[in-house]
Amino acid sequence: MSDATAAAQVTPRANPIKTLFIRVGVLPFFLGIALVVFSFMSDKFLTGQNLMNVARQSVYLVLVSLGQMLVLVSGGFDLSVGTAIALTSVASALSMTWAAGVFDSVFLIIATGILAGGCVALIVGLINGVGVAYFEVSPFIMTLGVSSVGAGLALFMTGGIPISGLPIAFGDTFGFGKWFGVPVPVFIAVICIVVMWLMMSRTTLGTRIYAVGGNIKAAHLSAIDTKKTLVLAYVLCSLIAALTGVLLTARVESGEANLGGTMALESIAACVIAGVSLRGGIGRVQNVVLGAFFIVMVQNGMNIARVSSYMQMVLLGSLLILAVIFDQMRYRMIMRGA
Amino acid sequence: MTLPLLTTHNLTKTYPGVRALDGVDFDLMAGEVHVLFGENGAGKSTLISMLAGANTPSEGKIYLDHHEVAFDSVARAKAHGVYTVFQEFSLIPTLTVAENMFLGQEPRMGILIDHADMRRRAQEIFDELGFPISPTAQVSTLSRAQQQMLEISKAFHGDLKVLILDEPTASLTEREVDHLFHFIDRQKAKGVGIIYISHRMQEFKRIADRITVLRDGAKIGTVEMAGTDEAALVEMMTGRQIADIYPTIATTPGDVVLEVADLATLGIAPSSLRLRRGEVLGVAGLVGCGKSRFFRAMMGLGPRRSGTVHLNGHDITGLPTREIIRAGLYYLSPDRKHEGLDLAKTSDENLALNVVTSGAPVKRGWIDWRNVRDTVAGIATRVELPEDYRARRVSQLSGGNQQKVLFGKAFGQEADVYIFDEPTVGVDMGTRAALYLKIKALAEAGKAVIVISSDLPEAINLSHRILVFANGHVSAELPRAEASEDTVLNYFFTESEPVQ
Repeated sequence: MSDATAAAQVTPRANPIKTLFIRVGVLPFFLGIALVVFSFMSDKFLTGQNLMNVARQSVYLVLVSLGQMLVLVSGGFDLSVGTAIALTSVASALSMTWAAGVFDSVFLIIATGILAGGCVALIVGLINGVGVAYFEVSPFIMTLGVSSVGAGLALFMTGGIPISGLPIAFGDTFGFGKWFGVPVPVFIAVICIVVMWLMMSRTTLGTRIYAVGGNIKAAHLSAIDTKKTLVLAYVLCSLIAALTGVLLTARVESGEANLGGTMALESIAACVIAGVSLRGGIGRVQNVVLGAFFIVMVQNGMNIARVSSYMQMVLLGSLLILAVIFDQMRYRMIMRGA
Repeated sequence: MTLPLLTTHNLTKTYPGVRALDGVDFDLMAGEVHVLFGENGAGKSTLISMLAGANTPSEGKIYLDHHEVAFDSVARAKAHGVYTVFQEFSLIPTLTVAENMFLGQEPRMGILIDHADMRRRAQEIFDELGFPISPTAQVSTLSRAQQQMLEISKAFHGDLKVLILDEPTASLTEREVDHLFHFIDRQKAKGVGIIYISHRMQEFKRIADRITVLRDGAKIGTVEMAGTDEAALVEMMTGRQIADIYPTIATTPGDVVLEVADLATLGIAPSSLRLRRGEVLGVAGLVGCGKSRFFRAMMGLGPRRSGTVHLNGHDITGLPTREIIRAGLYYLSPDRKHEGLDLAKTSDENLALNVVTSGAPVKRGWIDWRNVRDTVAGIATRVELPEDYRARRVSQLSGGNQQKVLFGKAFGQEADVYIFDEPTVGVDMGTRAALYLKIKALAEAGKAVIVISSDLPEAINLSHRILVFANGHVSAELPRAEASEDTVLNYFFTESEPVQ
């Protein structure tokens, strides 16, 4: 081959906007537009207190999106995260009310609840992962099916009625408490972000998940256990959703079968907007955190601007589709070599 | 003398870094069978893909009936009466035979498809060809040979001027081949020009009028079949200057490192093999003879029916692929795009994957990225990947540089036996020479190397010993000294029963 022709082909064009778009995706542009638009619509939006508020509210979506990112990077997606949250909420609340009659220690009662929620999520994640990896069911059908099964079970167990009577310390700690002056949910989210960042960038599991999503056959020929890696991605996603479920249960101080209903859509939107590729193999923890923050910020901005919650659904769906269109453009640019 | 039906002038196709077809002038007369002959990668497929409308030329012109034509799609070529039967089938398995035959040009009554007429016309064509296929059968239920027959049959309706057949007899029996040739004769009589690609020289004698030989994308010459013998053709096909790109690899065979006993897989009869350290084993055979499948079964990448595999005396039979790789058997895939590389990642990221999975730079569960970077830099130097290309996404590199990255992945971990499956497919001469030196270095450092190649000179000239596959059998095992291209080619065409 001639080196001159090859070099000519790969010379990067010096367009900073394009370069930024290719590096991080559509998020910085969306974020910028949202900030400008909402500041114009209400002067209460761009205040320190409101942004702190957004940060606190976004904890739950940040957590779920981190899990969703694992599955997206592995080349699939998880529509059942909302169901995992609902099941966790119901299972932990039911077991706490049961444990209240067995143990005296509040600590033991809460621990039982959290453990039960975690176990349920573990099962959900295992079913998803084994179905996708070993039985080769498409992630779409697998997680959609599990989502229906889980939602049905959660409603069946509660009859659709919230389970109240949880230990007061549970809500006071995980819903409204503070550790070292930081709200507990925020504290937990920060720990999760750091752990996830370390896992994706510094451990072989992270490398394996990127490799499986990038090219599963090449990963197989690089001595990677692709099936185990896929199962782990789904299990971890479910477990993080369970953690979110516990935090949300503490926040509403009851076990509810309809918690997390919009989480699947919102978490996928957060990830895609943050540049996680729907084809797998590409995605960064820090961007996903920002992506989730962006979604919650848009919702907050619209609330302040008194946009009806129905119209908010319209906008969220449109944003998701737009983000995917931009993702396709970006992927083509990457492959063509910009 | 009559004027040609179809002509090409200076037809050229370039891909980044590769000149797949280099200024070919070709002509086809009406009522002629013109054979295209050459090794894999000589440019035959590239040439017909442009005549068929599946590919557009980078340079050069195509004339049909003395008018310049530009085929930008297969449909456009068909509309001009140029019909191609590709090696890969374009059948829709969920539809019936008749529906496939008339796809896009269904006979109609008003707005409704006339199924009865469609079946009747399909049956007529099959009767004429002597192909035993039912028009109402679903395509997914047909055997491979029947699907091949259906592909050929699709050509025989409508206004046919030029028929291009790419290895049409690859999966046909003798009887079916007779029927096909009979039909080709009748098309000739009607004035259809036929371009025929095949490796089987017995077939040329029966049907060819002229033969054009291609090599490395260029036309070597066109000869009349009458008065040309096989030896002359083989010489035209393979006669390149080979001395300068193939290194001499010292032979100092050590202990036996790999021992395969009676390994059988789908379509491959039980075969055995022993390999010593320091040895390079060449594996030759036509595309589809099973040479690759045999070694993939050994790696756990395909079903294993029987047999055992021992590496360094340890039984690795039936282990998962990743454990076979860890045990010290490395397999380099022939398909770098689908099985080898993550195209959306950079060269360095691709190289780093195998370094990380080897476990060497992982301390207490944490990856030491500095260590990985140093190792990757060493590998990039070792495979002579230009510094500039290390941070580029692999999708933007030429085939040659992509192949260097793929080779580099093999050096990310220690192995005792390296299996290189088509190591230089789609790679330019300069890179080939560089990659051959890597193989030499491995062998001389006491590793055992297996080179599976459909490129005969490559399989012969790199090796100390040649294994030839034909029809799913090992048809010969020859020491280098006895393996001339002619001898080996003879074993390619050994007639034997295909293995089920």
